[in-house]
Amino acid sequence: MADPEIKSYEPHHESQSAAVTESRPVKAVLMAIALAFLAVFLLLPLVVVFHQALAMGIGAYTEALSSPDTRSAIRLTLLVAAISVPLNVVFGISAAWAIAKFEFKGKAFLTTLIDLPFSVSPVISGLVYVLLFGAQGLLGAWLKAHGIVILFAVPGIVLATIFVTFPFVARELIPLMQEQGNGDEEAALSLGASGWQAFWYVTLPNVKWGLLYGVLLCNARAMGEFGAVSVVSGHIRGLTNTMPLHVEILYNEYNAVGAFAVASLLAGLALVTLVLKTLLEMRYGAEIAATRGH
Amino acid sequence: MKRLLFGIAAFAGLVLASSQAWSADKLLNASYDVGRELFVDINKAFIAKHPGVTIDQSHAGTSAQARAIAEGLGADVVTFNQVTDVDFLVKKGLVSADWQKDFPDNASPFYSLPSFLVRAGNPKHIKDWNDLVREDVQVIFPNPKTSGNARYTYLAATAYAKEAFKGDDAKVKEFITKLFNNVPIFDTGGRAATTTFVQREIGDVLITFESETRGIRKEYGDDKFEQVTPSVSLLAEFPVAVVDKVADEHGSRDLAKSYLDFLYTPDGQEIAAENGLRARDATVAARHKADFPDVRLLTVEEVFGGWDKVQKEHFAAGGLLDQAYGSR
Repeated sequence: MADPEIKSYEPHHESQSAAVTESRPVKAVLMAIALAFLAVFLLLPLVVVFHQALAMGIGAYTEALSSPDTRSAIRLTLLVAAISVPLNVVFGISAAWAIAKFEFKGKAFLTTLIDLPFSVSPVISGLVYVLLFGAQGLLGAWLKAHGIVILFAVPGIVLATIFVTFPFVARELIPLMQEQGNGDEEAALSLGASGWQAFWYVTLPNVKWGLLYGVLLCNARAMGEFGAVSVVSGHIRGLTNTMPLHVEILYNEYNAVGAFAVASLLAGLALVTLVLKTLLEMRYGAEIAATRGH
Repeated sequence: MKRLLFGIAAFAGLVLASSQAWSADKLLNASYDVGRELFVDINKAFIAKHPGVTIDQSHAGTSAQARAIAEGLGADVVTFNQVTDVDFLVKKGLVSADWQKDFPDNASPFYSLPSFLVRAGNPKHIKDWNDLVREDVQVIFPNPKTSGNARYTYLAATAYAKEAFKGDDAKVKEFITKLFNNVPIFDTGGRAATTTFVQREIGDVLITFESETRGIRKEYGDDKFEQVTPSVSLLAEFPVAVVDKVADEHGSRDLAKSYLDFLYTPDGQEIAAENGLRARDATVAARHKADFPDVRLLTVEEVFGGWDKVQKEHFAAGGLLDQAYGSR
């Protein structure tokens, strides 16, 4: 696969980027290193996951996936993603809009705050919710008095997931919106559009590809999050076990086929995400390049 | 905007829905990490006798479980493998102080002990604790700093040494240090140590609960490993308790009590024995005699004067465990 690509790039390369002066062997070595690295650290684990999942045959595989606990873990993971991703889209768009289109005090602080979930270990993110909503936590007594259950139940898992996946949409949109500036919106407003119309017909279409990227990444992480969710889950089988948590449990129970069957589903979701992303790039490549800075 | 409102409404609905999930014919059993198979069987048998009842299971390390219950995990009953973790719930006011009197046998319906698993044919002729300090033997058990399982191993070895050296503390310490020196890798938990021994094929003997050694043989083949029961070991209790505060809130006390009582019935005991735990019921124990060789069991109370003392003298920072572990 590597060879024809090198050849087809060759003339192109000679004429266009004279800044790159490495000789052919050097390029080949660099490429080989990169490919070998990818194969060992990315491709091989993926192969192992599917190999282990199917080690006992397709029958054992489907049986592992049809156990009630596994099904409920899949349902819960989909539910959590279905709640947290739309909310993060709304939050992400408003945050990005505020930061990119307006000047206000504390803007730098807000930007830093959005990045917080990236820089904090997920375990800490989970523990923060325990300290807030736990029975001995800040709001614990009040919640209890009102019969509201957050921790060790679905709401807690959703909250932890929202926290961890918060930056994906906003981070994708902010540079894009900043680059595009306010020109289009100002034009729309001067032509009589309302603020809402300007947003809906001008801003949103301008950033749709960036938004889609953000949503895909956000969704992948929402389904795959382990650390934060593990802390707030309570590990109740059939009720608060998400797919990543279920993988660990099955593995610890010596149920390798079950564990890797669920893992293969997660890996499958990740692959679907990647394929979608690639398809979008192929189909709308030019348009994306035009509206997306990078 | 619409979407935002919808999202908030959906979330609020979810909060409300999950707040009403409790009723008197439903229990949450917070249990230890690797007890799933046991309680799948137990729950099936219990529900057959109490139709319409739902038992939810949560499994994790029991220290983590105790902490989660203190933070609001609504477990009606606990079925742990560490007495100290139930005591933690007592300190938090969730379980009554005399919980060990609420059920027979110190509220421990079945028990196990640290036992040995060796490779087929027992090539190093490992029979008892004194074989583990031989220079040609490599021992596998997890890190006692992080694993409750390994703490039992440490205490059992100490109890053996105390007897063997007639309470000569210097010799006991030397014995334990030698034992630790024979451990090439300290994994963080019991299952990780099992993987080291079984899959990475490191070490000559794995020390873990007897209930575990049986599971490993079942999983990886009877012909690859042999169980060796030492002459003497330490009683490992599996304490059970009703979490009073939660059960009263849920109105589930009666069901919680009959669930834990069920563990003591011949049916419950039989299921425990089939899952590798030693039964208290004499008839059931007699039926499974072949699977559970005779062993003299010491208790933490007899040898060490109780868990509080063990905690202070052995496991506290700078205690005897640290001294032995540090002088490796």
